[in-house]
Amino acid sequence: MSDTPSAKGQEFERTLDQSAKEVARFKRDRHSPLERIQHVLHNNPTLVPVIVLAISVIAFGLIAGGRFFSAFNLSLILQQVSIIGILAAAQSLIIITAGIDLSVAAIMVLMSVIMGNLAVFAGVPSPLAILIGLGGGVGAGMMNGWLITRIKLPPFITTLGTWSIFYALLLWLSGAQSIRGQDIDANAPFLKFFGFAFNIGGARITLSAILMIVVFVVLWYMLNKTAWGRHVYAIGDDKDAAEMSGIRTDRTLMSVYGLSGLVCALAGWASIGRVGSISPQSFYEGNLDSITAVVIGGISLFGGRGSIMGALFGALIVGVFRSGLRLSGVDVLWQVFAIGWLIIIAVAIDQWIRRVSA
Amino acid sequence: MSSDMTPVVQARGIVKRYGHVTAIDQSDFELRPGEILAVIGDNGAGKSSIVKAICGATIPDEGEILIEGKPVNFTSPIEAREMGIEIVYQNLALSPALSIADNMFTGRELRKPGWMGKYLRLLDKPAMEKFARDKLTELGLMTVQSIKQPVETLSGGQRQGVAVARAAAFATKFIIMDEPTAALGVKESRKVLELIQDVRARGIPIILISHNMPHVFEVADRIHIHRLGKRLCTIDPKDYTMSDAVAFMTGAKEPPAQDAA
Repeated sequence: MSDTPSAKGQEFERTLDQSAKEVARFKRDRHSPLERIQHVLHNNPTLVPVIVLAISVIAFGLIAGGRFFSAFNLSLILQQVSIIGILAAAQSLIIITAGIDLSVAAIMVLMSVIMGNLAVFAGVPSPLAILIGLGGGVGAGMMNGWLITRIKLPPFITTLGTWSIFYALLLWLSGAQSIRGQDIDANAPFLKFFGFAFNIGGARITLSAILMIVVFVVLWYMLNKTAWGRHVYAIGDDKDAAEMSGIRTDRTLMSVYGLSGLVCALAGWASIGRVGSISPQSFYEGNLDSITAVVIGGISLFGGRGSIMGALFGALIVGVFRSGLRLSGVDVLWQVFAIGWLIIIAVAIDQWIRRVSA
Repeated sequence: MSSDMTPVVQARGIVKRYGHVTAIDQSDFELRPGEILAVIGDNGAGKSSIVKAICGATIPDEGEILIEGKPVNFTSPIEAREMGIEIVYQNLALSPALSIADNMFTGRELRKPGWMGKYLRLLDKPAMEKFARDKLTELGLMTVQSIKQPVETLSGGQRQGVAVARAAAFATKFIIMDEPTAALGVKESRKVLELIQDVRARGIPIILISHNMPHVFEVADRIHIHRLGKRLCTIDPKDYTMSDAVAFMTGAKEPPAQDAA
């Protein structure tokens, strides 16, 4: 039969033996320096925020002089970014799965209000009140996760809704009143645990700053050194492919949202110490600040790319800009202006890096 | 390849309905040890549906499936995978930003021995990378520069190679391949066909879904022709021509009376 295949494959494939054997090469031997930079950044997406942080610290040091570079000021920056930094860690988890969470700050403040109400007014022992608050954070996060994985709603819309819901709940629970610092000190001083600070040679380190760093290190380990972390990245990269290669994607997503809620509640506890009181009006734009830190940190909003450590550097860059511009005597509105440009430049760099071809 | 051994897969009277549509209509299916069984059929004939029913991706409404003689009721492909059934999807199911080694072990990562793995759940990256490198070398695929490079930096043929190597490394029962050469050029297709034959030589049977008649006739031991939701017939590619197969598949010609095929 004419179309019976031979051992050598199809008729038209005979000539393959004589075909050129070298593999097609599209690589030029000489890359322009810019292409090389692009390539290095593609392999190490966290390098951009590290470089920006280093440059901005040096630049503000030169402009604002010794006041900026003092150990006290640098540690103050660390203190100031600690709460938004922890929120950014929670936000990173979600953004790596190609989601977004607009409710992080609402969960945080709601849980701090619950901890405060229970410990200060209801006489619940502080550790128990804190545990309930942390559990509430897990529950709130899992509610987002449930709506996203079971009801199949897009994360943006889901968390836009739960942001309002959690915000309304916290206004209701607090009666729109702050819990004063004196009342916390008198009834439940343990709530302010993370406000505790110690001095090392002029630097003033608060426990909330240490908590932020611990949160980042633990999450970095989970994301990079465990199977769970690989699954989180795989889901953000391509959810269908992840599902087909045997990852239980919905279960993993639920755990991501639950963990993110827990981290938000931890931020809530830390915020009581940082602020000194519990205010329902605080951190209203915390969700946007956390997204800013994540984006400046080089984590792709399209998911699956970027290191969580980037968000820490992103939060620090924002803190350095605020502090540096203030010490240089620049009006607050120009600080906001500068942060806006930072976000746009960060996203533009992300797009440019992603265009790299191997 | 005729043998009197128990079939690896035997399905009888499988039915799957979606509302008013009957995707599988009382279909049978049989995969024998050590063979490459090609599944061909027109678009919409239901060849993907029947294969999905076998690997647990869809749950049939009626009928029974026996794997090595034992009845099974998979509710997800993960259960099938735990039994040693691997699937190479048409779109490959790889995560582009993750490395080759990460991709090979997605969903079955190795942990470090001892407390680091048990309590800290630390991954054993060196072991996974070594395993991935060995498997790719075995299949003659180590043309990639590094096992740590992301899959998105590979060519289409190399990606297919990674997907096939992953299936070959973990399959103990059989492998399902959905259109493995559809997106590839001439040279790369040839490479994949050689890979398929390599895998069969190790004794792992393969179900090959394909539209490419020359490829099917080249590698298949038997051809399952699917038409209108059921198995029309099974033919030996040595006894028929490609035009015969197309004629059966499209209904232009009556199928041969079935003996034990």
